[in-house]
Order: sequence, then C-alpha cells, then structure tokens
Amino acid sequence: MAQGTKLGFYLLLTPLVLWLGLLIIIPHIDMALLSLRERVGVGEYATSLANYRGFFGEPIYMWTFLRTAMMSMLATVVTLIIAFPVSYYIAKIAKGRVQSVLFLLCLVPFWVSELVRTFGWMILLRETGLFSSLLQWTGLADGPVEMLYNDVAMMVGLVYTSMLFMVVPLVTMLESLDDAVIEAGYDLGGSGASVLREIVIPHAMPGIVSGSIVVFMLSLGNYLTPTMLGGKDSLWFTELIYSQFIVRFNWELGAAFGFMLLILSSLIVWVTLRLTGQTLEKTMGS
Amino acid sequence: MTHNWMIGAAVAVSLGGLAGGVSADTLRLLTWGGYAPDDVIEMFEEETGHTVEVTLSNNEEMIAKLRATGGGGFDLAQPSQDRIAGPQAEFGIYKPIDLSRIDASQFIESMLTATKLNTTVGDEVYGVPHVWGTSGLVLDTAKAGMVTDYTDLCGDEVAGKVSYRLKRPTLIGFAFAMGMDPFAAYGDPVAYENIMNQVETALIDCKPNVKTYWGGGDELMGLVRSGEVVAAMAWDTGGWKLNADNPDVTFVAPESGALGWIDTFVLPAKGKADDAAYDWINFVMRPEVSAKITEASGNFTASLGADEFASDALKARFQNSFPPEAIDNIKWYPPVPAGLEAIEGGVLDRIKAAN
Repeated sequence: MAQGTKLGFYLLLTPLVLWLGLLIIIPHIDMALLSLRERVGVGEYATSLANYRGFFGEPIYMWTFLRTAMMSMLATVVTLIIAFPVSYYIAKIAKGRVQSVLFLLCLVPFWVSELVRTFGWMILLRETGLFSSLLQWTGLADGPVEMLYNDVAMMVGLVYTSMLFMVVPLVTMLESLDDAVIEAGYDLGGSGASVLREIVIPHAMPGIVSGSIVVFMLSLGNYLTPTMLGGKDSLWFTELIYSQFIVRFNWELGAAFGFMLLILSSLIVWVTLRLTGQTLEKTMGS
Repeated sequence: MTHNWMIGAAVAVSLGGLAGGVSADTLRLLTWGGYAPDDVIEMFEEETGHTVEVTLSNNEEMIAKLRATGGGGFDLAQPSQDRIAGPQAEFGIYKPIDLSRIDASQFIESMLTATKLNTTVGDEVYGVPHVWGTSGLVLDTAKAGMVTDYTDLCGDEVAGKVSYRLKRPTLIGFAFAMGMDPFAAYGDPVAYENIMNQVETALIDCKPNVKTYWGGGDELMGLVRSGEVVAAMAWDTGGWKLNADNPDVTFVAPESGALGWIDTFVLPAKGKADDAAYDWINFVMRPEVSAKITEASGNFTASLGADEFASDALKARFQNSFPPEAIDNIKWYPPVPAGLEAIEGGVLDRIKAAN
C-alpha cells in the first residue's frame, strides 16, 4: 500500500518536474551561461561580465528599466483603483444573474487576442479615429486630435489589458467576506469610510497583493501594448531585450538584460511586500 | 474511404515508379510575404510532386530562427544578400550552394555575379539572387512635394506628418543624405561609429517631426492611406501599392540615391530537402513564374526576361519612380561585416530613448 502511494506521488510529481526542469530551469541555466559570454572575435567567445558591465555602464539601459518599472507600478495602482469598486460591486452589491453577467463582461475582452484588443484602441485613439472625429463633430476640437503614441495611450492599454487579473482575485476575496461582519461594523457606529478601512480592505489584502503582483509583472513583461500604443517614445525594457536578440544578433547582451529584468523585478516585488508588511505565504496561502 | 485511400496509394506507387526514383520531399521555405504566391506553389507541387510549407518572416528573424537551431528547421531561406557572409562567418548557419545544380542562364548575369561575390565566404558561394528592390521615400506629392531627400523629412513643412523605421536602412539613408558614405566605412569600425554618431544627432533633432516609427508594412500603409503621414521612408513596393489607391502618393528615389537590396536563396546548414530546394530555385526563376511573383510582391526579380511578362501598370510606376539616372544612383548594400550591428544598435537605442 505504502509502495503504491509512493508511486502515485512520483507519477503526479513528474509533470511538474518536467515542466519546471525543461521549460524553466534548463533554459535559465542556458541563458545565464549565455549572459556570461563575451564576443571577442568572429565566432570566438570568452567568459566575462562584460554584458552586465554594459547594462550598468550605459545609462540608457538603466533609465529604460526604471521607466518601465515606474510605469508598471503606476499601471498597477490605476488598475487597483478602477478594479476595486468594480469588484466590490460584483461581489457584494450585485446578486444572482446580474452578478454573473457583470463578471462575464469583465471576461469578454479576453476572448480575443491581445493584438486585436490593442488594435481596437488604436482605431479609437488615432488622429483619424473615432474619438478624434467625435470631438470634431461635437465642436469640442477644431482640428484632428492625435491621442495615440504617448504615455497616456500606453497606460490606457496596459490598464485595460490587466484589468481581469486584478478583478478575479479581488472578487474571490470580497465574496468570502461575510456580510454580517460589515453590518456589525455599521452597528458599532462605523462610517462607510471606516468600515472600508478597518474591515473590507484588511480582509481583501491578500487579493490586492496577489492581483498587484500579477498586474505588475504582466505590465513589466508586456511587449505588444507599449510598442503599438506608445509609438516613438515608448522604449520599454522588453523591447530592448527583443531587439538585442532578434535585430542585433547580440544574444549575450539580451540574455544579460533578461536576467537583470528577472532579478530587479523580483527585488521590487520583495521590497514592496516588505514595505506593506505582507508576506508571500500569507498572500498565496489564503 | 478505404478504397479511395488504396487507389491513392496505388497511384502514388506507380507514379513513384514512373518518376524513376526521384523522391518527393517537403520543402520548408522561410521567405517574405509575396515571394511564394499560392498559384506558384500549386504549379510547383503539380509539376514536381514536392510539397511546400511556407513560413513568412523578415531578415533579422530569419537569421535569428536559423541561429537558434544551428541552421535547422528549414530547407530554403531568403535573407538579403548583405546579411549572408557576416552571419555565416559568425554562426555557420548556411551550407554552400552547388552552382552546377542551378540553371545560370535563367538569371540576369550581372546580378548573379554580384550576389555570388557578396555571399562568398572562403571559397564557397552561399547565395543566389531572387527578388530585388529599393527603399527610398514614399510621398504624398500634393502635400510633401518639397521633400527630395531623407534629410528633408526633418523640415518644418512636414512636421508631425513623417514616419520612418528605426532600423539600419534609416541610419544608412540619412548618412548618405548628409553627404557621408557609410558603405566605404564598413571596414573601419572607428570611422563607421563616427558617421553613426553624426546620424544619431540628426535623428534625435528630427524626432519631434516624426509621428511614429513604423514597424510593419501594413502599419505604414494605414498611416499614409489615412493621410496622417505624408512623407515616409519606405520600400518602393509600398509606394506603388499606395499609388494604385491614390495617384498623389508614390515612391520617389531620393537625391542621394535609393538603397538597393537583393533577397537571395540560401540553403540552411541542416536543411533536409536540398533536391526540392534546387528544384524550387530553378522553377521560380523561369520568366513566366517570376512574373507571377513580381505581380504578387510588387518587386522585380533577377530572372532574365521576366519583365516582359510584368503588367504595364507596374512598369509605368517603376519608370516614373526611376528615371535612368536614378537607377545608376542606386546604392547597393555591400555585405555587413559582423559586429557593425552592435554599433548601430546602441545608436538606435539612444534615438528611441531620447526626448
């Protein structure tokens, strides 16, 4: 019997080990080795830290990373601010059919690919697009207005793309909050604001943290939205990695960039968790 | 069902017998949009029995794909002639072409000779020419008639209505327009870097003029069609396609010279269907087949006599864009030495990051 349980355990473990090993660990080891290589001549390579020195030596790369990280954080905060009331409404106020319909509505945009969604925004925002024509038609603008190719357009795209990943954990968390607790809060003389501050937000905290981590990582690793909506000023860190690998044939520097992205983004998440007094166990274990 | 299958198998066996041992292969072709139109593939499959699988790509992605697999996964690829010697010396992703298996009489001789010369590494030839074209200016002549060279894209008259790619042809084009010769400096990294730094300054100054840096051909088409962009740096075919919709828009060869490229045929190092690859090369270089490719892609080929089959509309557009002296002034890309991309890469990153 014990023998059988053991076999079952290993059989169940195999897919996980294969997944982690073949798709994550081995490629990362390969990337790490690649990032420690320096091209010294045609087809000749030496081991060195030159690629990492390149990352820190050229201010543009660091600035691009910082810009990407700041914009991703902003996107996370904006997503949270928009998603929280939406989730609260879905979880606590809407009932029955309305609840499922509203939840479905959050999901519907994800039935088409990210490319199509982003292109939709381009059609709306471009100079000859819907919003621009509407503004001219109503007389609010006297010429075509270009709303595409700037940071705001990029932010709109990022928030829109990551909305669902904030709403789902928040709705799950808020649904598990007993209505009686909220009522008790009011009974004890709490105002709307204090009930929100003392009861709802603390209870939803694990959902907020896990949603924020997912949205932050998705924004940081997004390639399509910044490139398409951001236009000429959009330099995003993933774009740098892509161009090193594909356009410049410089896999070594690209691999080093990839590792810097992994390390720095993990660091940001860790520091933020620390600063807000959360732990990964508390968030994921709930 | 079973019967059909058996008849099919019987026919296949007897055909195989008739063909006398010539095996039918699957040709995995890595190429550009328009270079392998469906009707050409159909004719080829019918004639030779091979099947063709097409993957569409561009220069950088072709090389990146082949590099990732050490030259495997495809049997025939079509990078530009200037991007063959460098990657071959660096990564060894191609195999030499057996010129005896190619019908040289179907090629325009000067183009074949030039391509062979540019794609030679050691004593081996790695590429033969297929499709050629140029990049230059696509202009709405009614609104941007004053633009005659790349540097004019930075003029006040077209401010905010300009688009170009943030890629190496733009750097090279601007260098020529600014009176320098980047091709002459290919062999001298210091001189080349010096030229690129001047181009960098010019392109950063020019940035406020640019609406956006276009990425794909369709994106540019959209920008010009909607009138949001009136002057762009682009391929000749893009201009001619737009000309069909709007007679004001066309391709103009810049004063400093259009940049000429030739896309080639190369055999990836681990290709498995060389027979099919040589069959395909000899098949598509036939004048009447080449004309079909010209029709689909909009570009002319290195096939001798194919222009006689080309449509009059396309010929007229070509002659309009290229008076004889503009043809003589085309700057053909010499092979890119390995390592230049790193210099250009830094420049392009700095331009993109500049405010």
